[in-house]
Amino acid sequence: MGERTVIPFGPQHPVLPEPIHLDLVLEDETVVEAIPQIGYIHRGLEKLVEKKDFKQYVFVAERICGICSFIHSLGYCLSVEKVMGIEVPERATFLRTMWSELSRIHSHVLWMGLVADGYGFESLFMHSWRLREQILDLFEETTGGRVIFSACEVGGVRKDVTVEQLQKIKSTMISFEKELQEITNVFLNDASIKSRTKGVGVLTKQMAYDLGAVGPTLRASGVASDLRSTGYAAYGKLNFEPIIETDGDCYARTAVRIRETFQSIDLVKQCVDMMPEGDVRVDVKGNPDGESFIRLEQPRGEVLYYTKANGSKFLERYRVRTPTFANLAPLLEMLKGCDLADVPVIVLSIDPCISCTER
Amino acid sequence: MSILSMTKTLMKSVFHGPYTLLYPIKKKEVFEHTKGSIEIEVADCIHCGLCQRNCPTGAIQVDRNSANWSIDRLDCIQCYYCVESCPKKCLKMGNQYSAPAVKKVRDEFTNARVSGN
Amino acid sequence: MEQQTLRMISPEDLLSETLNLKNSGYRFVAISCTKVGEGLEISYSFEKNQDFVSLRIVVEDNAEIESVSCFYVPAFLYENEIKELFGIKVKNILLDYNDNFYKIAKKTPFNEKKEAL
Repeated sequence: MGERTVIPFGPQHPVLPEPIHLDLVLEDETVVEAIPQIGYIHRGLEKLVEKKDFKQYVFVAERICGICSFIHSLGYCLSVEKVMGIEVPERATFLRTMWSELSRIHSHVLWMGLVADGYGFESLFMHSWRLREQILDLFEETTGGRVIFSACEVGGVRKDVTVEQLQKIKSTMISFEKELQEITNVFLNDASIKSRTKGVGVLTKQMAYDLGAVGPTLRASGVASDLRSTGYAAYGKLNFEPIIETDGDCYARTAVRIRETFQSIDLVKQCVDMMPEGDVRVDVKGNPDGESFIRLEQPRGEVLYYTKANGSKFLERYRVRTPTFANLAPLLEMLKGCDLADVPVIVLSIDPCISCTER
Repeated sequence: MSILSMTKTLMKSVFHGPYTLLYPIKKKEVFEHTKGSIEIEVADCIHCGLCQRNCPTGAIQVDRNSANWSIDRLDCIQCYYCVESCPKKCLKMGNQYSAPAVKKVRDEFTNARVSGN
Repeated sequence: MEQQTLRMISPEDLLSETLNLKNSGYRFVAISCTKVGEGLEISYSFEKNQDFVSLRIVVEDNAEIESVSCFYVPAFLYENEIKELFGIKVKNILLDYNDNFYKIAKKTPFNEKKEAL
């Protein structure tokens, strides 16, 4: 029976990308228990609905997080449109889907770079982020911003895309896919990466379901649950299947995200081919009254939006439940029984985004 | 299991040269829609105040009596909601971002035809 | 599209209804809380195979409710959050932070008590 020590991990740590604090209870280099502590960047964004009217709040909603910014603004617009019963033109739904999938590609490639940095593989980190620049240039050309686009509004999208820009998106996707093959080959086949991720942080299928895991964390344990199958925005017309792996360790989670990136490249090409003609926005008159629950699929998992409105131009309540909040409980389970040196790899494998979690 | 999987990428980057631009000697090209800073044609402005009411951060101040229109450059979040709400279409989103500053910068524009006469 | 149902239940039935859903294999999604009139409305959301069920209870400001973290472990995070932001008392949470979850300066900011004049 070894001695127990408590080591604090975070919120500032050279290998940790997010300000989360974990108190690790160790017995001779093996983690026995972990107690989380968050609250370092709580900004109280949900309380701003009392001050900004429902058309201005979309700019606050997209600034909840930098990486998942477009999908937060899409979720806000879908919730208010569901409460008010607005029907958005078809071209707008396809543009929103295309931008969501490009956001997913950029988020997964960013995560691949961070996890490579977590192992100490700096050159792989730099190459992943070099590829990501091509996606950010596409965003700047079509919407005007690289990270925060301000492209979605209640009633449609604010900017239209020309035929030349659509052709450029398609040709960029084809060349991006070839370059991405070389980088992901390193992630999946390199001996040093395999020795650090295989068998580390195992989450069985029953535990993942009981503890409320979402997103790639759930899909890497064998549960086929992907919110895009419910068919919101234009996903009902696109052709795809949820990607699952069965091992439940860090290697499986990496493989799920890499395969999802290639699937998203294919979905973007499908969107460009099927883009219908027409308007991109409708006028919105009146105030929202009612409530709604909307669930979307962010790159990190399932996100839930609850909106309640009472007829005035200010919403009464807007609640966001982000995927990292739901993945914190499985994280504590995964950390039991691992070595101290594996802790950064496991924390990075759930793709934490604490800025979304605490709003 | 391979240990030399990164070799192809590393060899390509040795012969390619740097992927980054030598800023400030070579600047990055901007696109047509790139968000920079708000510009106004103050001669067309009727000082109705719609842009001030719609601005999410309160960066725009409009004074009808002195025919003044001002914007706080560091409060502006480049959302261009004011550009869409102006009835006279005298606001535009320019491509060049406002320079970083040490203190708050307020740019003022006065309509010389209406005031002073 | 998915199925969404909302059921109103009384606070005493909360634990038995949650146990029924857990035995039928429903997955825990979230707990949401809103201020309504002088009381609070709390919605517990569950999901199974694209069937989305929400249980809703309406309680007074200083009522006490039981925690569901005995059945669903991740509920402890949500219950600490609504305890700190809305001021409702929750008994027997698996890991109770005692109002130190978000470490905010103001007490219960979403449920501000008006001072009697």
